[in-house]
Amino acid sequence: MVQSRSLIDESGKRTDGRVIDELREVKIKVGIVKNADGSALIEFGKNKIIAAVYGPREVHPKHMALSDRCVVRCRYHMSPFSTDTRKSPAPSRRETEISKVIRESLEPALILEDYPRAAIDVFIEVLQADGGSRCAGISAASVALADAGINMRDMVSACAAGKVDDKIVIDINDTEDKEGGADMPVAYMPNLKKITLLQLDGELNPNEFNTSLDEAVRGCLKVYEIQRSSLMEKYFGDEKEMKE
Amino acid sequence: MQEVKRKYVIPGDIVAEGNLRPLVNVFKNGNSIVATRIGITESNNDGAKVIPLSGIYFPRANDIVVGKILDHSSLSWSVDINSCFAAHLPAQDIFGRDFSPAHDDMGRQLSTGDVIVARIAIFDRTRDPILTIQDKDLGKIPTGELIKISPTRVPRLIGKRGSMIQTIEQASSTRITIGQNGIIVVSGKDKEGITLAINAIHIVEVEAHTSNLTQRIRQLLNVPESEIESDDTQTSEAGDTTINQDELNSNNDKEMGMINSNGTK
Repeated sequence: MVQSRSLIDESGKRTDGRVIDELREVKIKVGIVKNADGSALIEFGKNKIIAAVYGPREVHPKHMALSDRCVVRCRYHMSPFSTDTRKSPAPSRRETEISKVIRESLEPALILEDYPRAAIDVFIEVLQADGGSRCAGISAASVALADAGINMRDMVSACAAGKVDDKIVIDINDTEDKEGGADMPVAYMPNLKKITLLQLDGELNPNEFNTSLDEAVRGCLKVYEIQRSSLMEKYFGDEKEMKE
Repeated sequence: MQEVKRKYVIPGDIVAEGNLRPLVNVFKNGNSIVATRIGITESNNDGAKVIPLSGIYFPRANDIVVGKILDHSSLSWSVDINSCFAAHLPAQDIFGRDFSPAHDDMGRQLSTGDVIVARIAIFDRTRDPILTIQDKDLGKIPTGELIKISPTRVPRLIGKRGSMIQTIEQASSTRITIGQNGIIVVSGKDKEGITLAINAIHIVEVEAHTSNLTQRIRQLLNVPESEIESDDTQTSEAGDTTINQDELNSNNDKEMGMINSNGTK
């Protein structure tokens, strides 16, 4: 990945006006799909993504069921209207791969042994894409899973870091993803302090890699606070402490 | 009396620290007890647990459930119990041990679409739940309005010693059958009474974790002030969910029997 133009100006501002360690504005709304067992809408900058969780439910076809644990099925899909040029609604190679990595990033957080012979279906629908949709999708799916009341070891929060103009920046947007030096999405379990997804597109030296990882984890912790407050708001309203 | 500590948690939050026993919806991570569900924690000397506020119904042996007949094979009916497993009601449970698929017509006893109230006789991780209707107040439900609520709200709907459901039943002159799986049948002669009871149930579902709920339901149902019990305080309201969860865990039959007999048992 070779960068052709400068993406950070003299005052240190990025293409969308953020500084290098600034997250885009994140909003999460829980329980927006009535028919799902759990759901969430995330707005991650210009990304708008709905995650809906169904289950644990019966597995069809039956031969897919596992006798000792639950099956997780994940579908990441971009709507035809989510990008500036129409995207074919048929599942692309990229979507199939992202579905797989999202499933693998969520599985460590789920206690699948509690639901043998059942299935959990996670649907992630991108309504508007602006770079970092897999991270936003993971964060929304994690909230939707918690909303569905599935046993979880921890929440999963995700955020990307990367290299733009030889500087390590947090939360890469679409332009930085396409024109920048490197993009590193990270999914993280904030209480257990464990990484469940780490991908890297581009080149980083060991120092850059370490800084990038630290920054991404810092971004994940910020996202976690928003996930937490959105869930608290849905279930407990303004009450923060239990009245005795 | 033991001191009970409560707080609101989401998955991953620490419920308690120290050498406590992990009870339900928690796991032990080093020296901490960690929540696995969104809910209200309860920790005392016995251990720590989380009373969940969301989730589907996961069957347990001896639960009373309301189910719909889906189909039947030559030996059993398949029943939808609002869970990730389809339950089975063996034909021998109704016809007796001398049941013969060649002579007995299963369709005449229960047909597709019939609603039954049943007890989960056997269930473990390896097999689908087996139901029985061989108990008092169990069997086919002839009439009524079916409503579905979140199974996590069932203890709150029953209330402390059945107080909430008795209030609704008496004020609306209806008979309410509650399944642990969140399916409820409201029956009665008066259509307005049924509507009133359904509205009250929906309010309980939405506002299950809030304070003074029983009082608000009584106001909605126009129950006179004099009938309001002295235990209707904020503390007892908050405690209702937990206390009834305990009661239900240990004694579902007793609790459900009380409900099915319209509070007279």
